[in-house]
Amino acid sequence: MNRKTLFIGSAVLLLAAFVIGAIYYQGQLSKQAEELAARNQTRLVRLYSPTFGNPQAKVHIVEFLDPACGTCAQFYPEVKRIMAENPDRIRLTIRHVPFHNGSEPVVRVLEASRLQDKYLETLRALLGSQSTWVVNHVAQFDRIWGPLQGLGLDLDKLRIDMNAPEIAQHIEQDLADASALAVTATPEFFVNGRPMPSFGLRQLEGLVKDALEASY
Amino acid sequence: MTDNSSTQGPATESAWTMLFGAWLLSCVAVLGALFLSEVMNIPPCSLCWYQRIFMFPLAILLPLGLFPFDRRIVRYTLPLALVGWLIGAFHVLLIHGVIPESLKPCTQGVPCTEIQIQWFGFVTIPLLSLLSFTIIVALLFAAHLRIKK
Repeated sequence: MNRKTLFIGSAVLLLAAFVIGAIYYQGQLSKQAEELAARNQTRLVRLYSPTFGNPQAKVHIVEFLDPACGTCAQFYPEVKRIMAENPDRIRLTIRHVPFHNGSEPVVRVLEASRLQDKYLETLRALLGSQSTWVVNHVAQFDRIWGPLQGLGLDLDKLRIDMNAPEIAQHIEQDLADASALAVTATPEFFVNGRPMPSFGLRQLEGLVKDALEASY
Repeated sequence: MTDNSSTQGPATESAWTMLFGAWLLSCVAVLGALFLSEVMNIPPCSLCWYQRIFMFPLAILLPLGLFPFDRRIVRYTLPLALVGWLIGAFHVLLIHGVIPESLKPCTQGVPCTEIQIQWFGFVTIPLLSLLSFTIIVALLFAAHLRIKK
């Protein structure tokens, strides 16, 4: 056989095997994730979970979020945009998974802000100022108070409320549910109970589009 | 007959085939390593990275010696394969506990002693790496002997 043909043929075959293998493996993974989510639907949302948007909305996004996670901060405006583009048709539930070091007390502050009806404002302020209080992927709890000024929060009350035992229980439950659903990285989204086939904004938009078409 | 692009004669013919085989194997190793880390999301430990450093160039360098046939390619690729083989051997000894933990060079990230995949009870990723380097070294050395003849 001609040597060049042999060489190019082998290279093409090897690359094709790699690509087909990768596509097959990805497909298996997303099928497994979907089955896992289907088996654990009750773990997606808890009664205490903060939920926003029209309660009658038929499309429900559940986001597992860590306030110290950079990608979560980048996704946040995109999720808001997707919701704004489909008014009253999408609601959003947030689950807290403090995977980053030092992020657990920040989540407790977030939970405590709900008692003052300032959750979304607090979340937006924390994500927007994230680079000032997350250093090398470690959350610096002392630095979050600056960004929380001017939101109308009673910070003294917040410091007391954040130590409530219910809040610790909520975080524990969120982490246990994340573990059962194989959520190992943030942000992770489930749309009407279906996980993203692979990570990405396009994949999230695809899931939302599918759900909107199926429900409306 | 000092022209190094000569492709005539059964000796160079078989040397070419051996170099081609070494290239084929290096490509399988490169794509396999990329599949494990990029598709299966298994993070490579630092020793794995060193082995990659010596395996990846082989997939690029060997074809340069195949078209046109360049007998000096062994001179450029065999040292890479030998160093890769040494690191692979060190890694295999490390995971089998022959080299004590205290000599472990990686303290951050993924520990090199952690066995992430085990097929048939004994095939680990470092073993596959050592096997690939062994066969590549053997093929390159055999090609070298043929060319010298």
